[in-house]
Amino acid sequence: MADLQDFPSSPIVTITGCVIVAIRDDLDDSAVLALQNQLVEEIDRKKAHGVIIDISALEIVDTFTGRMLAAMAEMSRVLNARTILVGMRPAVAMTLVELGMTLTTIETALTADRAMMMIAEKKPPKTL
Amino acid sequence: MSDGEWTVSLRKPADVALARKAAMSAMDGIGATAIRRTKFVTAVSEIARNVIVHAGTGVIHFKIVGFASQSVVAECRDHGPGIPDVAKALQDGFTTARGMGLGLGGAKRLVDRFEIVTEPGRGTTVVMEAKGR
Repeated sequence: MADLQDFPSSPIVTITGCVIVAIRDDLDDSAVLALQNQLVEEIDRKKAHGVIIDISALEIVDTFTGRMLAAMAEMSRVLNARTILVGMRPAVAMTLVELGMTLTTIETALTADRAMMMIAEKKPPKTL
Repeated sequence: MSDGEWTVSLRKPADVALARKAAMSAMDGIGATAIRRTKFVTAVSEIARNVIVHAGTGVIHFKIVGFASQSVVAECRDHGPGIPDVAKALQDGFTTARGMGLGLGGAKRLVDRFEIVTEPGRGTTVVMEAKGR
């Protein structure tokens, strides 16, 4: 059970060894830390081998958020859990490219369903 | 606050979210397209966060200008340390804090007009304008 103080961050659930995190819109620095803490603990507790980060609630992704997402993917990778970002809005994708932050270290999928399948099939990551 | 003008004080990290909301309302006010709104709100987020990180406090003001072709102008002012070398700060990869160094130059690319006035020791003012379509 999550601590009450962690509760307002973002919901986390684990389904068939895959941690699903829905990122809330207005995370500040302390909420980001709480969420990252929650994520690594959940991966460890559930022995998860995959992480799906859902950013469909995010109207924008700036460099602060981008850095947070990259850090979460890296933390999960170090714990041997493959991380896939889902739910990116088309306007966000266009903006990230112009911003020069293309999140090349994070895998993406269009939907959580596809991401679940990719993780279940252990489909190798796409290479550039 | 009159119709079509928004002012947000920037004092703590959570205020960046308020600046984003105001930017979004302003762009909705001129019926901006989703992509133009997203680009502008992202640029506002970068600039507002710069204020919190580098200057500590500041103010950002939004207004709608123009008649036939409307746009939103954001003016962000702080009394922080200023930027010693603006040209360098606008380059990708330049960072003094622990960022990625894409903030200032990135914000400039996302808007239709970008002006920056800075004086070391006195503060920085950034003006950004984005058209609705």
